[in-house]
Amino acid sequence: MPTIRLDNLVKRYGAVEVLHGIDLSMEENEFTVLVGPSGCGKSTTLRMIAGLETVSDGEIYINDKPVSHLEPKERDLAMVFQDYALYPHMNVAKNMSFALRLERRPKAEIDQKVREVAEVLGLTPYLHRKPGELSGGQRQRVAMGRALTRDSATFLFDEPLSNLDAKLRGQMRAELALMRQRVHKNMIYVTHDQIEAMTLADRIVVMHGGYIQQQGTPEELFKRPVNKFVAGFLGTPPMNFLDADIVERDGTVWVTGKGFELALDGEHADAVRAHRAKQITVGIRPSDLSFDPDAANENSFELRVIVSEYIGAQSVLMCDCGGQQVVVELKSETPIPLGETLRFSVNPAGVHLFDKESENAI
Amino acid sequence: MQRATLNRMTPYAFMAPAAIVMVIALLYPLLYMVWGSFRDWNPAQTIGETEFVGFKNYITLFYDPAFRESLSVTLRFAVIVVSVEMVIGVGLALLLDRNIRGMSVLRTLFILPMMIAPVVVGLMWRYMYHPTVGTFNRWLKSIGLEGVDWLGQNALMSVIIADIWQWTPFIFILALAALQSLPRSALEAARIDGATPWQQIWHIKIPLMMPVLIVTCLLRLIDAFKVLEVILVMTEGGPGLSTEILALRISRTATEFRELGVAAAMSNYLLILLLILTAAMFAYTKIQEAREARIRAAAEEDM
Ligand SMILES: Nc1ncnc2c1ncn2[C@@H]1O[C@H](COP(=O)(O)OP(=O)(O)OP(=O)(O)O)[C@@H](O)[C@H]1O
Ligand SMILES: [Mg+2]
Repeated sequence: MPTIRLDNLVKRYGAVEVLHGIDLSMEENEFTVLVGPSGCGKSTTLRMIAGLETVSDGEIYINDKPVSHLEPKERDLAMVFQDYALYPHMNVAKNMSFALRLERRPKAEIDQKVREVAEVLGLTPYLHRKPGELSGGQRQRVAMGRALTRDSATFLFDEPLSNLDAKLRGQMRAELALMRQRVHKNMIYVTHDQIEAMTLADRIVVMHGGYIQQQGTPEELFKRPVNKFVAGFLGTPPMNFLDADIVERDGTVWVTGKGFELALDGEHADAVRAHRAKQITVGIRPSDLSFDPDAANENSFELRVIVSEYIGAQSVLMCDCGGQQVVVELKSETPIPLGETLRFSVNPAGVHLFDKESENAI
Repeated sequence: MQRATLNRMTPYAFMAPAAIVMVIALLYPLLYMVWGSFRDWNPAQTIGETEFVGFKNYITLFYDPAFRESLSVTLRFAVIVVSVEMVIGVGLALLLDRNIRGMSVLRTLFILPMMIAPVVVGLMWRYMYHPTVGTFNRWLKSIGLEGVDWLGQNALMSVIIADIWQWTPFIFILALAALQSLPRSALEAARIDGATPWQQIWHIKIPLMMPVLIVTCLLRLIDAFKVLEVILVMTEGGPGLSTEILALRISRTATEFRELGVAAAMSNYLLILLLILTAAMFAYTKIQEAREARIRAAAEEDM
């Protein structure tokens, strides 16, 4: 099984550069997830690996062999397209077996394979329909099926579950996780969905504006984001950011902003001292804020509740803290008094500090 | 309830004037021709003065060897011309469907022949085919070959070549338009699935272009059955009857032989032929669709 390496990969459309030197190396059989906001270049990266877009600069290596001049079929990969890209004139079975039929595999083997995959994807009743007679979600599953019938060394997925309903998406995610354990292949997966990214990935690559912001295991990215963008991008509800000043008093480093004051623990204090920052942005995830009326002053917040969104077992509260918005979560049993001020304690390990200018983590 | 009826009728009321004009403009000449084909009619008479002869014109024609020959020439001409034009036109479109610099100029050049008036095309080719001073024979002789008797023994072939030259661009531009409206992503998927360029053409492009190709083919066939000017100018149907296509024979029957009734009957034969052809094409697609639907229904019942 090959490893895949992108070396300073650049893509230009005319004068516009949309990828500015992507360096990425994927280990053997790794499940790599590319995430990032719309238009950041995820699909472009994937399509360049597939060989559907020319490489403007840099090189793609598969197994240390440069492949950017090779046709897609010579790169031994299967792909699920963001817009399905089904063959409109073939029925589902024919769509899924096209590659196998081109390889002139025995008919029995093809039928067997198609039946297997269709069963997993819940497509058995639709095998004889044309794509035009299917719903968006069914088409997406056919697109998925077309890739899964093949045993390529590398699988590329471009938002393969984006059109499925919540239940089906959960099922398919589990299916993918299972498949990942069963078959050992390189998988590169583009998604907007954080849960997909977190649950499936060996390595997450966060992209923004044609640059890689950070890559690493889901845990690394979640716990130690390198900048404000990555911190805000991963996690739902997203991290709260508050502007604050650094003040040192009686040997303790304090972060003070409008309407709050937090004492930093030793580790954070050292970092701040080393960085000599005065103006910073504090980031705290909603999950690191807990409702605690008796919390000590130096590691808690007073928050005035503005809006509450009921989402089942939890409620998400939008609160005001000296003119800045803070989102917290609360068990739904707790009565939620709109307009009242509640005290939330902060998990000291969950405090993230960013330079206000560069937005890099301190 | 009245109101509902009124609402339902409104669109028809608005469409009525246009529909009436259409019916008159379309059907009147047609009926006139059908009516005329049952009469012994010479151009000096008004249709009222003519004598009703029943199916006599049709029957005479049916046993008339000259008409049969003309019909067979027309059929050969149309079938050969359209098949060759389809192959070359679609082939060129497949070849030129790419973004290379200068391609738009090339495409424009390709469709030039279609813009020339048929009479001019006829004259042009007639001079190029001229046995002694024509371009082709002079060229053949210059490289030491025998000249070809273009508009003599080989008249039908020569006429066919001229028609192919003029009408291949028609198929080319329609095929190109069809190609460029194909879903690009399906072709990309085919590349990922490992299809070679030939396999992409064969398994993806051609099947997806099929609806357009069928209509194009039909339009060309209808046109080929009615071709007149180019052949009139080039050979006037000769030598003998070798290039006397139906349209030419019809016009000669009406003007030279002064038998309008027979000419009308001949036109009706042509019309019936074209109707059958069109119906057959559409029936073919319908039957195929129905067959697929049946297979699908059977398969889904098994579940
Ligand atoms: N053919 C093209 N010509 C010019 N610019 C393009 C072209 N294709 C894509 N782009 C630009 O490249 C950038 C990256 O596009 P890409 O499709 O990779 O985004 P993405 O990350 O997949 O977004 P999404 O999540 O919405 O699918 C976008 O800003 C887009 O406008
Ligand atoms: Mg995309």
